[in-house]
Amino acid sequence: MNIEWYVVLSSLLFAVGAMGILIRRSPVVILLCLELMLNAGNLALVAFSRMVGNQQGQIFAIVVMVVAACEVVVGLGLIVAIFRRKLPLDVDSLRELRG
Amino acid sequence: MEAVLFFLAAIGALGGAVGVVAMRNPFYGVLALIVHLFSLAVLFLLLTSAFVAAAQVVVYAGAVMVLYVFVTAYVGGDTESAWEPIPGQRFLAPLLGAALFVELSIAVLASSLLALGTHGPDVNPGFGDPAAIGRLLLERFLIPFEASSILLLLAAVGAVVLAGRSKSSEGAA
Repeated sequence: MNIEWYVVLSSLLFAVGAMGILIRRSPVVILLCLELMLNAGNLALVAFSRMVGNQQGQIFAIVVMVVAACEVVVGLGLIVAIFRRKLPLDVDSLRELRG
Repeated sequence: MEAVLFFLAAIGALGGAVGVVAMRNPFYGVLALIVHLFSLAVLFLLLTSAFVAAAQVVVYAGAVMVLYVFVTAYVGGDTESAWEPIPGQRFLAPLLGAALFVELSIAVLASSLLALGTHGPDVNPGFGDPAAIGRLLLERFLIPFEASSILLLLAAVGAVVLAGRSKSSEGAA
């Protein structure tokens, strides 16, 4: 398969993730859609690393995975804290920090 | 054979992604994301990056998704209201998503990267295997490796501070 197929698939997955963030309002699902976008980026990184024939892009993808894991841990911690305080789990209701 | 595998994995990845966006119950969304991640691991294998594929399955589909399953089970099912604060959000968002896809595709395919239309260069059998990646991580990219370990530690401490049950937060709630 040519590399362009992988890159087009990755941009399609990125667009689906961005659409999910625009549509959904539950913070858990928004975190899931963020995962979709990060993974689409990872796919593009690995595809380009194969295109160049150089493994450094794969290191970049692994670092992106680490950052995604950190983001998930902190985000889910925030969701649990919100749930414990009996606030609504809806990003449109949690607008106190909007200024 | 490679094309068949690619299209199977691509359909799985796309179906999983659409499932995450479309499922009303977040629990099913998490399960759809697991399908998506496994399909992506197949794609990584097709791109001869065995270590990234293994890390994808072990770290993502193994560890991160277990965290998601626990939190969705703790928080509970569909909490999403049908109320739309922006009128027409449900119709506008797919349009914007499609526009983003078209824009990204044009930006990539119209670029002058000639190697995009090829399989990529022929690589030796050790390309992307754990030994090669480990050598790169521990020699050339040692500082990013250590920095990411500190980042993971900070995230773990931060999650405990955020979600931990403390006396003062119980009193304030």
